[in-house]
Amino acid sequence: MRIIYLYGVSALLLVLSFHKSREKTQKALKKAWKSFSKIFPALLGILILVGVLLAVFDADFISRIIGDESGWIGVALSAVVGAITLIPGFIAFPTASVLIDNGAGYMQIGAFISSLMMVGMVTAPMEAEYFGKRLTLIRNLMGFVFSFIVAYVIGKVVGGLWL
Amino acid sequence: MVMIKKFKGALISGILLGLLFAWDAGKGFEAINISGFALTEMLSIIPPIFILLGLLDVWISRETMIQLMGKESGARGILLAFFFGSATVGPLYGAFPVAAVFMKKGVKFSNIMIFIGAWSTTKIPMLLFEISSMGAPFAITRLLVNIPGIIIMAWILELMTPDSEIDKLYERMERM
Repeated sequence: MRIIYLYGVSALLLVLSFHKSREKTQKALKKAWKSFSKIFPALLGILILVGVLLAVFDADFISRIIGDESGWIGVALSAVVGAITLIPGFIAFPTASVLIDNGAGYMQIGAFISSLMMVGMVTAPMEAEYFGKRLTLIRNLMGFVFSFIVAYVIGKVVGGLWL
Repeated sequence: MVMIKKFKGALISGILLGLLFAWDAGKGFEAINISGFALTEMLSIIPPIFILLGLLDVWISRETMIQLMGKESGARGILLAFFFGSATVGPLYGAFPVAAVFMKKGVKFSNIMIFIGAWSTTKIPMLLFEISSMGAPFAITRLLVNIPGIIIMAWILELMTPDSEIDKLYERMERM
């Protein structure tokens, strides 16, 4: 659905652009290809690594370490797993909801989802090519710490104390 | 040699995959399945993103972009950074080339960081999905913590990065 909309918008703009100026459109496509071929090798490595990591850290593994009673240790572990793995949201959310049904805590899932999205160890080398090592490190570390804050608030609000 | 350097990451991941196969062949096949799925996702999402990127690069002038999201853009710049980050689809690695084009066009550094934060966390299509699988309290709470969090983290990142390094990053993007 979202992909169709994305294709629709780019096709429309591409046609408009072509209508206005043929040369500029060719230039745009050349630029698009150049940026793509620049990141493709790194992406290929990432995709293979994602497969390996997800095969090792499967739902079984995750649910074992983040039960409701696991407390802050469970939060820390889920944040670490979230930082290492790279799972698209449309797989992560249903998985998370299954994990909760199987006894995972909201706090731990909050940490997992949050660090999954903000922290990317697998994509860090690619991020560093754009933003440098130092900034990449700080951004990811901050995202990691922030996922504990998210976990805390989610634990309070959704975990049952306030609602 | 250049080729080897370029595909270094793929080579290392390939070796890891080989090790996984040696350890447990079933897991190895599982890994290939997952990678294949991720590759299909990438190949379907990336072409339109890069086409939009190329069009943005060619059609929107630096002056317009500076006005919209540059140093003096204030709250409007922040809102636009959130909007561009949240309206898109695709994994975080798609955000870096877009950020590079934004930087070439003179977008303020903290707005770049907000854009990256929003892309990673507050995507609108994803939010709807999150509500349906995790429930509204979970999704809305996360959103309400994330919005100020992303802005504050962007400010901290800007404060922690010396001006000279920021200038260097902008120069680097010219070559991206």
